[in-house]
Amino acid sequence: MNKIGLIIEREYMTRVKRKSFLLTTILVPIVIIGFYAVIIAVSISGESNTQQVAILDEANLFNGVITSAKNDKTTYTFIHNETEQSFKNKYSKEGYTLFLYISPFKNDSPGQIKVHSQAAMNIFAKSELEKKINDAVEKKRLQLANIDPAIYKTIKADVDIENIIDSGKGEKTGVAGVAYAVSFIAGILIYMILLIYGTMVMRGVMEEKTNRIAEVIVSSAKPFQLMMGKIIGIGAVGLTQFAIWIVLMGTLQLIIPLIFPDLFQHFSNPEITNAAGQAGSGKLYILVEGLHSLPILKIVFCFIFYFLGGYMLYAALFAAVGSVVSEDQQEAQQLVFPVIMPLILGFVIMTKAINSPDSGLAIFGSLFPLTSPIVMMGRIAYDVPWWQLLLSMIFLLLGFLFFTWLTAKIYRTSILLYGKKITWKEMWKWLIRKT
Amino acid sequence: MVFMQNILEVNHLKKSFATQKAVDDVSFNIAEGSIFGMLGPNGAGKTTLLRMITGIFYQDEGTITFDGTPFNPSKDIMRIGYMPEERGLYKKMNIGDQALYLARLKGLSKKDALEKIRYWFKRLEMESWWNKKVQDLSKGMSQKLQFVTTILHDPRLIILDEPFSGLDPLNANLIKDEIFRLAKNGRTIIFSTHRMEQVEEICDHIILINKGSKILDGSVKQVKQDFKENQFKVGFEKDPGEIEENDIFEIVQHDDDAIVLKIHEGYRPHDVLQYLLARKHEIVAFHEILPSLNEIFIRLVEGTPLARQFNIIDA
Repeated sequence: MNKIGLIIEREYMTRVKRKSFLLTTILVPIVIIGFYAVIIAVSISGESNTQQVAILDEANLFNGVITSAKNDKTTYTFIHNETEQSFKNKYSKEGYTLFLYISPFKNDSPGQIKVHSQAAMNIFAKSELEKKINDAVEKKRLQLANIDPAIYKTIKADVDIENIIDSGKGEKTGVAGVAYAVSFIAGILIYMILLIYGTMVMRGVMEEKTNRIAEVIVSSAKPFQLMMGKIIGIGAVGLTQFAIWIVLMGTLQLIIPLIFPDLFQHFSNPEITNAAGQAGSGKLYILVEGLHSLPILKIVFCFIFYFLGGYMLYAALFAAVGSVVSEDQQEAQQLVFPVIMPLILGFVIMTKAINSPDSGLAIFGSLFPLTSPIVMMGRIAYDVPWWQLLLSMIFLLLGFLFFTWLTAKIYRTSILLYGKKITWKEMWKWLIRKT
Repeated sequence: MVFMQNILEVNHLKKSFATQKAVDDVSFNIAEGSIFGMLGPNGAGKTTLLRMITGIFYQDEGTITFDGTPFNPSKDIMRIGYMPEERGLYKKMNIGDQALYLARLKGLSKKDALEKIRYWFKRLEMESWWNKKVQDLSKGMSQKLQFVTTILHDPRLIILDEPFSGLDPLNANLIKDEIFRLAKNGRTIIFSTHRMEQVEEICDHIILINKGSKILDGSVKQVKQDFKENQFKVGFEKDPGEIEENDIFEIVQHDDDAIVLKIHEGYRPHDVLQYLLARKHEIVAFHEILPSLNEIFIRLVEGTPLARQFNIIDA
């Protein structure tokens, strides 16, 4: 027991002390948040940038008048005595950033409407223009139909459906989009974790084998202790990294609004969030309410459980692969394929399970230990019957024990076989022979 | 040297992989405080044998007795230091930490381990290495480090598989001196190699292994006596010219100022000298030629492809 502790300590400390660990752990969240911040900042600043829009209004839709909001810095200029063909080569030289062309209407329905620009148009400007044109078309039609715009406003419907989940603990407001997003993110996260940390275990085992240190260590400790020590040590590195990420993300989320106060104002503006396609229903409070409707504690608990269980199971498999591989990197890729296959299968089932969480495939996928960590996370935001959850966890634990027992047999022998390609037949022999 | 008891007794050890017999019914005893040579060509089964003695492999059949009791790997490996033929160290780990880790795995406390490491690093002039990484060391340097990590926990039985490979003569002598010193202090050393000439001056006792079986067992001196062919080398002041055939000896080899001769059954070296002196030859040297272990090995496996291979190396 003492030895396994020492091995865990070494695996953990050498990785945590590495510069690359510090770099990825601190940089990744900063890069991610920074990336989003830049995207948002760029798209917002693009919108508030003074755009010079030239309008060739052949339909006479606007009657030469265009109203814009107070904080809208865009200037609109109507062009006369030009055609689309003649002006599209000139507008940028004349200082316009966008050139809106509205072709003549046929029977009062809009024909072609085009915007010429030098680079791809930003979505805010596009939705702003679309809104203006729609309003103008609507206004024109109302006039033709002789309807008072004030009356039309009272007729027009804008309905939101509220989803009430009748669980035993009283009513909750559910938001389909939020459950979907949470499931998807949790599933992908588990998939990525299993893959990344599993590969890390495999590399560690390969390093020990190719460096020949394995033989030195197994003359002091049992191969099983070495394998488990590595798996647990790297798992602890993963948990540490997560803890740091969560703290960092939290801090950054607090700090960023202080540094860029106007950045998040735009988010609370439903139109912009809508335009950006954010979170289905544009209203932020519904999003928050949707999150509250989810069993957060259950999700977090399950995430940690399936992370640990899935990691331990897959790490054992990856360790076995690492022990079989000799120096050849290509060989590693071939051998790792059977281990990655169920991971990918789990991922595919997960994407299906999100859409129909109670289908047979989803239930099977969330019970089968090789796919359950990913698939169950895809179902977790929807209410999963407790017996399924319990069964899935038990299967995962049993699967972990089974695969660890199995892979330890392969590991023990192959870690000391150098320069020899190990065949599947040989591996099978190690598995079935008695200890 | 007086040996108190056997630290290791190996009886009828067998181990096979799939259909191949790696070790086939090998028995030997190792006296405490001795330097024991385990010789044999590559692939003879030496490493498999050593892995069973270090508890890495379990034998299929046979028994191992360590220090008077049946070998119990989980307990006894603490008192064994094993330097495998394939050297292994973590390339990116710093050397001090690495030595500390390996020593602690062998059961030393952190404090004891640090003390031992400081002692050995100082002794072998490695103090400045502490914060270096293995990948920055030369091959010889990492060999030295490997040796130190093998003996840090002061094991009673030290197993060295090809300890001198990759070492320059200076460092090889340094390690050789340490091996002698350890043996003098009552530690037992198993020295495994395929370089037969290396063990002649170091080992007290040797066994020769070929194709998984033991083909020779004895002290170096005894083995040489057993295999000697009554050959002597005589050095002359000047070329003795043709030496006529006689009953006492036959000429095996004739150089300018020396001959190698083989004494016939029933005669002694004394008779040879008398014969030569009577013919007024000016003799400056006369000594017995004992076979090298390499020659003995070749004779033992004569006729097999392996022997031819070794002959080539020898020539």
